[in-house]
Amino acid sequence: MRNWFKSGDPWIWLNAAAVSVSLIIVVGLLVLIGVRGLSHFWPARVMQADYAVPDSAVTRVIGEVHDSEQVSAERLQQTGVHFGPDVKVIKRILLKTGNRDVIGGDFRWLLWPYLADIQYPQGIVVLERREWGNFYGYLKQVQENQSVVAQDDKAWGALQERLERVEHLYEEIRDIEKIRIGELNFKLEGLRLEERRLELHQRNTPENLRSIEQERKVLQADYAVLQKKLNDLYVDINRDSLVAQVMDGRTVTIPLSKVVRAYQPNAMSVFARTAMYFEKLWEFVSDEPREANTEGGIFPAIFGTVMMVLIMSILVTPFGVIAAVYLKEYARQGVLTRTIRIAVNNLAGVPSIVYGVFGLGFFVYFLGGNIDQLFFPEALPAPTFGTPGILWSSLTLAILTVPVVIVATEEGLSRIPRAIREGSLALGATKAETLWRTVLPMATPAMMTGMILAVARAAGEVAPLMLVGVVKLAPSLPLDGNFPFLHLDRKFMHLGFHIYDVGFQSPNVEAARPLVYATAFLLVLVIVALNIAAIWIRNRLREKYRGLEG
Amino acid sequence: MANESQTLTHGINLEALGRTHANRRIEEETICIKTSQLNLFYGEKQALRDINIALPEKRVSAFIGPSGCGKSTLLRCFNRMNDLVESCRIEGKLELYGNDIFSKKVDVAELRRRVGMVFQKPNPFPKSIYENVAYGLRLQATRNKREMDEVVERSLRGAALWDEVKDRLHDSALGLSGGQQQRLVIARAIAIEPEVLLLDEPASALDPISTLKIEELISELKDNYTIIIVTHNMQQAARVSDYTAFMYMGEMIEFGDTDEIFTNPKKQQTEDYITGRYG
Repeated sequence: MRNWFKSGDPWIWLNAAAVSVSLIIVVGLLVLIGVRGLSHFWPARVMQADYAVPDSAVTRVIGEVHDSEQVSAERLQQTGVHFGPDVKVIKRILLKTGNRDVIGGDFRWLLWPYLADIQYPQGIVVLERREWGNFYGYLKQVQENQSVVAQDDKAWGALQERLERVEHLYEEIRDIEKIRIGELNFKLEGLRLEERRLELHQRNTPENLRSIEQERKVLQADYAVLQKKLNDLYVDINRDSLVAQVMDGRTVTIPLSKVVRAYQPNAMSVFARTAMYFEKLWEFVSDEPREANTEGGIFPAIFGTVMMVLIMSILVTPFGVIAAVYLKEYARQGVLTRTIRIAVNNLAGVPSIVYGVFGLGFFVYFLGGNIDQLFFPEALPAPTFGTPGILWSSLTLAILTVPVVIVATEEGLSRIPRAIREGSLALGATKAETLWRTVLPMATPAMMTGMILAVARAAGEVAPLMLVGVVKLAPSLPLDGNFPFLHLDRKFMHLGFHIYDVGFQSPNVEAARPLVYATAFLLVLVIVALNIAAIWIRNRLREKYRGLEG
Repeated sequence: MANESQTLTHGINLEALGRTHANRRIEEETICIKTSQLNLFYGEKQALRDINIALPEKRVSAFIGPSGCGKSTLLRCFNRMNDLVESCRIEGKLELYGNDIFSKKVDVAELRRRVGMVFQKPNPFPKSIYENVAYGLRLQATRNKREMDEVVERSLRGAALWDEVKDRLHDSALGLSGGQQQRLVIARAIAIEPEVLLLDEPASALDPISTLKIEELISELKDNYTIIIVTHNMQQAARVSDYTAFMYMGEMIEFGDTDEIFTNPKKQQTEDYITGRYG
């Protein structure tokens, strides 16, 4: 036994165990959120069954099986359901029935033993809608201006054709509403601010005002044209509708403009399902959210997260590096620098929400407020920078992560061999020249390490952002086609906050849960991608200076 | 004809070493560097004591002595490398052609351009061979590409490295062998045409063949540069130097013509060291 300890084997086993546990945790986490999140987009088969609870009428149910669990019979007895004394557990399923507008809820728990005549009819249609969630049922008619154009068997084909047309019109409407009218509004707002600016500077001479008025007239004329076109498009898009039957036999009329996608899951081949799976997955990462974020995509959140992290890196890296260079190279080493170093290290341990409060108080209210007074007085009392926004979020996260960059850079600077510095100085270089030409380039891998750690920390941070710039739904991205293209004052969406919002603030928790997993998975992917990019750059730099160490 | 008096006390035959210089008299030399009453302290500890020495121009002077005797410290005074050591304090005078280099008016960077230095371990920058040699020129903002190319070639030829690296000037200098790296560092130093070249045990980290090349190089360079070399290797000192200084415990024990130091030292301590009676 003693020899076994002496041999070092237990130590090796302990090390290996620690590594394996960490690996299992990481892989398990990824698999869990990956499977739970990504399976959501698979077009599941839709079940139809008769639900016969004793002492009440038989009802027909249609929907996707969402979940199933075993419950104890005892627990059910309290709700008035009785089985034989030998039955201990009963299976029950959670059926996603959709049709929230007709039935009132999306989900229903059903006791498995009461389900009869379970089948998967080919004719069941699933409609993904812009509002009220999914529809499950049978397609009866397709109508154009309230008159029937196709019925029963022919209806499906007609629906597909007409949906394509609607899709096309919808794109056009969105283009006009979001981009072209958005642009006009942006310009009109610019004119209003210009007018106010002239007024504030007492230069509101009749000529100046007249030229503004003229421009405004032009814009308003454009606006009227667009508005008219938009009205026509709306008439067009509302032309068609469909009539469908829900599970309890009622029929409903749904305008085609409200339908995103229609499919018959039970009639689809595996190939068609796979194609649809990727289509839905693509929609998730490239589209905007609908229905209080519980449906549609999360593109603005991905964009916001990446953008915020990039701005943060641009702010934090130079700042941290300069601070580290001063601390390491220029400051006289003593009690003061040691104190500063301890303070910097401790900053990394301050809870992030404290930074959020600081950011709100200092950046948003104080800095932003003063910037507004100085540079945007024409917009007051509406704040420009005196309100949470992406710039303040990036800055707040920059001060949150600056200790990491300082520590990593200092470490890198102290690893540069003294011989290299002396070599440079002996050639008549000043200290600054030595720093610029030799020391700093050689320390870049360390700086990159600092940045990688900063990015990893910042991308996952949510709490401070809630105070300084993140919103549930941002009307526009911080980067667009209107001058000056990058709008640092805008609020933005963030994957981390999106998870919180969808998971805990959503009116429809069951429907939103898979999206929470999918979003979490995506957030992890985004962080991994950002890190891999930074690590790749670092390795290239390291390659350059290989052979120096030791 | 072997002359008895030319044979060193510890058995090195000067003629066998191929020494070509005739006996010189220090009184007839032009003096390049001169120290008077130089004292140096690291904190409380005194590293150099009352050093008085005059080093002649365009000759090779070697500093020998046991480890920790202060020879490297003295060498590093000549280009004020000791400025980098925070606790270091220097008293006394050190003149380069009559000008006090510790004067406040002296531009240290300018001084170091005049007094180049090569260190014990080769320390090329992690750049290309070309950029290493061009480093000092770039500091002086030399823009002309052709001029730069010429200087780089001349320096590499001067350091006897040109033929080995001319086809890969833009490869990393870190790919060279230790001996090549040390010659590269010498090329880098002579590219800015200093007046004095300080060599701090330039061959101690190298194999015998590379050492030989460096020694040959030193003999070639002494026509144009004042060379001061610190070495542990007494044979090396005897081979390459015109003058030798023996230091012990921070004191300059003896300085004089190399032949004389090795054949007929005036001080007992010198003789003991040369004949191998100390560590």
